[in-house]
This record gives sequence, structure tokens and C-alpha cells, in this order.
Amino acid sequence: MNVEAWQGFLTFGFFVALLSVAGFYCLLVTRSLIRAIIGLELLIKAATLLVIAAGYFTGMTALTQSLVVTIIVIEVVIVVVAGGIALRVFRHNDDLDIRRLNNLKG
Amino acid sequence: MINDMNINLLLLVLMTIATMWTVMGRSLLKATIGLAVTSAVLTILMFRLNSPLAAVFELSVCTGLITVVFVSTISLTKPLTHKEIIERSKARHKRFGYLPFVMILAGVALYFLKIPNDFAGMADKYIAAQAAAPDPRRVIWDVRQLDLFGQIILMIAGALGVVILFVEGKDKDER
Repeated sequence: MNVEAWQGFLTFGFFVALLSVAGFYCLLVTRSLIRAIIGLELLIKAATLLVIAAGYFTGMTALTQSLVVTIIVIEVVIVVVAGGIALRVFRHNDDLDIRRLNNLKG
Repeated sequence: MINDMNINLLLLVLMTIATMWTVMGRSLLKATIGLAVTSAVLTILMFRLNSPLAAVFELSVCTGLITVVFVSTISLTKPLTHKEIIERSKARHKRFGYLPFVMILAGVALYFLKIPNDFAGMADKYIAAQAAAPDPRRVIWDVRQLDLFGQIILMIAGALGVVILFVEGKDKDER
């Protein structure tokens, strides 16, 4: 990777880091289960962007695209199952507050 | 080349703004729309970074399907009343108000952080795989067959997970 490509990759890396900070912050601060899933989504988006940028700047877009397809499939399954769990929690607690999840412990 | 990078930079800034709107927005529905906008901008970036196959997946699945899943989940849960939203917004502003400062702090820290440029050697072993299969479809079918099996198992696991969640709910209601 030459210096120009490395600088380009670092620019993308900088924004990926900001996206990750926002995702982690959302996960740490929120009290809503759905918003926690949104935070997780943001983290996955940051990872996706990093993989795509790495593929572009190293010239290996075919390999990274196949990886991203896998990431997207995993992302969808996580969101669907997490959404189902959120619905069940809402029916159980009548609320989506994650602090009330203590009620579920066995 | 410079113009290309400027457009990418503009899109990255747009994506960051959409992300902040997603995290800091009061309404869950608006947060979901913010997430869809983030995803759409990411799709444009993917197209620009020579990854059309991944971009199509991102656009159809992440911008479309996941938004639908989120909106369905939100509509199936009880929305807050206007009074409750106003009551909770003060506490929310206290908790989420620090996000711009945290992001600026992280940005400044990253700017001054010296990242070593010693990753060039790490990519060598993947260059052979790329040369053998320059098309993403060939990579998926020839090089990453195990991933495909994993994806199929994961999708079945996800479908079963959701089915189990709702079947249990139905049993409980009947009891």
C-alpha cells in the first residue's frame, strides 16, 4: 500500500472510529432495548465500512465483498432475533427498559 | 483523484451526521429512519469504493429489510404518550448530550495518535486468493464455501429462534 492509499484508508478509519464511538456510546447510555439494538447496528456498519475501505485501498474488493455479504447476513439474523426478544420482553414487562431485565434472571 | 476523495469525505461527514441524529433523536421511529439514512449513505460509499455487489446487499437488506423489522417491532410495542416523551426527554438530554463532546474528543485523540504503517506485509497471503478469483461471486463459491454453509446454518438458526420466541408466547397466552 503506497502512502497516498494509506492516507486515504486512514481518513476512512477516522470516520469508522467516530461511528464506533457513537455506537458504543448508544449501547452504554441507552435504557431502551430497541435503541441498544440500533447501537449494535451502528457498530456493525462501522465494521462493514472498514472492511470495504480496506478492500478498496489494497485492491482486493472481491475478497472483501464476499466478507461483507457474510457480515450482512449475520447482521440481519441478529436484528431479527433481537427484535423478537424485545417484543417478548415488552409483553413480559410492559416496558422496554433494560434495567427491568433483572426480573428475567432465573 | 482529489475530487473523488472530496466526495467520499462529504459522504463520510453526512454519514456521521446521520449517525448522531440516530443516536440523539428523541423518537425511536426517527432513530430508525436515521439508521436507514446511514445505511443508504454507506451504500453510496460502497458503490464508490468498487464494491457493487456488497452495495446492492446493503441497500436491499440493511436499508430496506432491517428498517421494516425495526418499524414493525416499534409498532408492536406500546408507543409513549406525548406527556411521557416530554418527561423523559430531559433525562435523555442529560445522558445523550455528551455524545458530540465524546465524538470530538475521540476525533482529536485519533488525529494526534500516530498509527504505524506496518500492515503491508499482512495482506500478502490474501493477494494469491484474490489473484486466483478476482470476481466476488467466484470468491464466494470457490474460496469461501465454508462461509456459505455457516450463513445457511445461521439463517435457519435465526428463523428457528424467532419461531420459538413466538410459539412460547402463544402457549403462555393459551394457558
